[in-house]
Amino acid sequence: MNIDYSQELPVIERRITLAEIDQLIAKPLDEKPDRKFFIALSITLSLLLIGVISVSFLLFFGVGVWGLNQPVGWAFDITNFVFWVGIGHAGTLISAVLYLLRQKWRTGIARFAEAMTIFAVMCAGIFPIFHTGRPWLAGYLTPYPNQHGLWVNFTSPLVWDVFAVSTYFTVSLVFWYVGLIPDFGLLRDRTTSKLKKSIYSIFSLGWRNSHRNWMHYEKAYMLLAGFATPLVLSVHTIVSFDFAVSIIPGWHTTIFPPYFVAGAIFSGFAMVVTVLIFVRKVFDLQHIITLNHLEKMNKIILLTGSMVGYAYAMEFFIAWYSGNPFEQFVFINRAFGPYAWAYWIMVSCNVFIPQLFWFKKIRRTIPAMLVIVIFVNVGMWFERFVITVTSLHRDFLPSSWGYFVPSVFDLGTLVGSFGLFFTLVLLFTKTLPVVAISEIKAVAEGAQPSHNGGNH
Amino acid sequence: MSERKLFGLTALFQTPDEIIHAAAKVHEAGYKKYDVHTPYPVHGMDAAMKLKPSNLGFVTLIFGLFGAAFALLFMYWAMSKDYPMIIGGKPFFALPAFIPITFEVTVLLATLATVIGMLTFYFKFPNNSQPLHDTPYMKAVSSDKYGVCIEANDELFDPEKVRNLFKELNGQNISEVYFPIVETFKIFEPKYLTLLVVVALLTSATTYLTLNKLLYITPFTWLMQQDRVNVQSRSTFYADGFGMRNPVEGTVARGFIPYEYKGLAAPVVPLSNPLMPSSEVLKLGKKRFLTFCSPCHGNYGDGDSRLRGQFPNPPSLHSEKVRGWQDGNIYHVITNGQNIMPSYASQLSRDERWAIIHYIRALQKAKNASPSEIIEAKKETSSNVAQ
Repeated sequence: MNIDYSQELPVIERRITLAEIDQLIAKPLDEKPDRKFFIALSITLSLLLIGVISVSFLLFFGVGVWGLNQPVGWAFDITNFVFWVGIGHAGTLISAVLYLLRQKWRTGIARFAEAMTIFAVMCAGIFPIFHTGRPWLAGYLTPYPNQHGLWVNFTSPLVWDVFAVSTYFTVSLVFWYVGLIPDFGLLRDRTTSKLKKSIYSIFSLGWRNSHRNWMHYEKAYMLLAGFATPLVLSVHTIVSFDFAVSIIPGWHTTIFPPYFVAGAIFSGFAMVVTVLIFVRKVFDLQHIITLNHLEKMNKIILLTGSMVGYAYAMEFFIAWYSGNPFEQFVFINRAFGPYAWAYWIMVSCNVFIPQLFWFKKIRRTIPAMLVIVIFVNVGMWFERFVITVTSLHRDFLPSSWGYFVPSVFDLGTLVGSFGLFFTLVLLFTKTLPVVAISEIKAVAEGAQPSHNGGNH
Repeated sequence: MSERKLFGLTALFQTPDEIIHAAAKVHEAGYKKYDVHTPYPVHGMDAAMKLKPSNLGFVTLIFGLFGAAFALLFMYWAMSKDYPMIIGGKPFFALPAFIPITFEVTVLLATLATVIGMLTFYFKFPNNSQPLHDTPYMKAVSSDKYGVCIEANDELFDPEKVRNLFKELNGQNISEVYFPIVETFKIFEPKYLTLLVVVALLTSATTYLTLNKLLYITPFTWLMQQDRVNVQSRSTFYADGFGMRNPVEGTVARGFIPYEYKGLAAPVVPLSNPLMPSSEVLKLGKKRFLTFCSPCHGNYGDGDSRLRGQFPNPPSLHSEKVRGWQDGNIYHVITNGQNIMPSYASQLSRDERWAIIHYIRALQKAKNASPSEIIEAKKETSSNVAQ
């Protein structure tokens, strides 16, 4: 096939006026939610309710309702935490890293991906907080002057985690909000409802599209993107330190930070593709979130999936090459021990299945990619499960070897976190513009002046 | 109503090329207080308006550096000055382990400072009462038109000239924007005051109930209610009904080695004082002597009991007999008791008993010193005083 790589594909398919963009993106906000929306919402709220019930039991009876116990003291909680934080990483990658790389195609999906980041980090936060057993004492995690004269242990990866995840959440939220300000201004100006107008006015802070503001705004956006980029890498690096800084065989490896970051992007993009496939269809955004977007994301999934596959292989190589019998035991046990089923689910979902994306046809076929990205989501959840549980269930003392089985409350909390995530996503699609209107206008055809020959 | 103050004149343009051209011309005409409004940032506008590049980056830099310095110094102070603790064999100032938090705090402060600084100092937000709000002009420029507004407080502002300039530039919908009429509200209105009182009452009641009741219902027990056996409490688990367990027969508590000559008249093997008569030991001995011995033996060991008449007088500690005793004999008497004197083994630790013996020896020396010894002692203690 002859493709002219010197010419960028248009970000928006077919020519569309700026007013049409407003109309199209603000449509879900103007209309009353339809029956389909309520059906979807009732499903996600039911899932959320399962989570609420599970967590209530946990609060009342204590952490003992979960299946974890010695020697597997970390199981579903940390698995789900790492899984959700990883999902979040795609949003920051799309909104910040691709912005710095001048990838214009990001504009169509950035807002949605950022929202998913925020929701995913919220879901992630549930697990460590409830794992403490007494979440109302979570304030003890912050260094505050107290009557004991004690500070938190600043050299502990768990405290780094607190700082990293809370910073990540705050910065993502601020970044997202900064992007929303001009859109709030637009919504304020086009709505006819008085209540909506007041709400939008408050959130727009009085935005008036002034170029003197736009100038600083663009600078700030670039600075935020510049900060979010190393931040997103640092967050999953620090999450991996939770494991890598310990001395458990299978965890104590230097490959963890890059391996975790690659895995996070991999799973995050898979989740973004999963959700966008539905969103572009339901909200009729096929020519703003185009097949080209999905294909590009599938390419990133293929790349990061292969990186993750390389990391799996390298872990085995290093186990053999190090000559450390404990390390070797852990990895042989991982592939052929009691949790071999989980290991092989992980390898097939993360390494083998995404290889299908080498075929352009599959990259551009919606049903095929939906199946693959769901497999990737499953595989990445199992990756975290395998890392956490297989290393712990066979530790240095054979007398304390065990086998972790999740309790119904473990599963309920996991289901609940999906319920929370999709509930928030659904509410988001109905309350805020799912595509950054001002950004998409800036990359629409004919939106930029042609006075210097269109060399932009 | 016609007396409303003019804010400025606005004009709309259809394409980005036109607006760039218009902005350049307005700037050339010498206007300073004008602004261009576009639904998205139009490239090349900075050059057309001759705007200096944004200096927002300096805010980011300053606060970022402040965040890094603050985090690092704070952790240094907390971990090596305020509460030094050795953790995982790391030094108190474990720089590599401080880097993650330093980085996160840097990013957090820089980001928040950039955004808050931009919104409040650069944009003067929140500001929903700006005259341009709610005008057809604003509605157009936030959707798909491009507009210029020249403000009336510009030195060169003249409505006719501006209007002509806009016409020349082919601007459409040229219109005046006025300051909105300022609405005023009375604060001391009965309705408002009632609302204030109701809000105050509701807030106090909610706060009281939350802080005093809601936060203490199960499971929020603040670690005070725990399923464990407390000291001295009953237990249904053990046959004897006690929650506490007795130590194994023959267990010896730390620092409480049993005295092996208990009940004998004197220690079989002479015991020697394990402590040196240092000033700390003598101070301790004095303190314990005054507490436990002086009620009967007197403050200086003369046997002048404060409880005289209630008990038989104890012997003086300055007798030939006691002075002739070995330290071990005195220790034996304190530990074992003698005649009416009970054992002080449970009140005084082994070291305290030996410290008391040092003090008694000092008292004995002080009471029975020879003149030459007194001169010697005086020489030592007041050698720098002229005799």
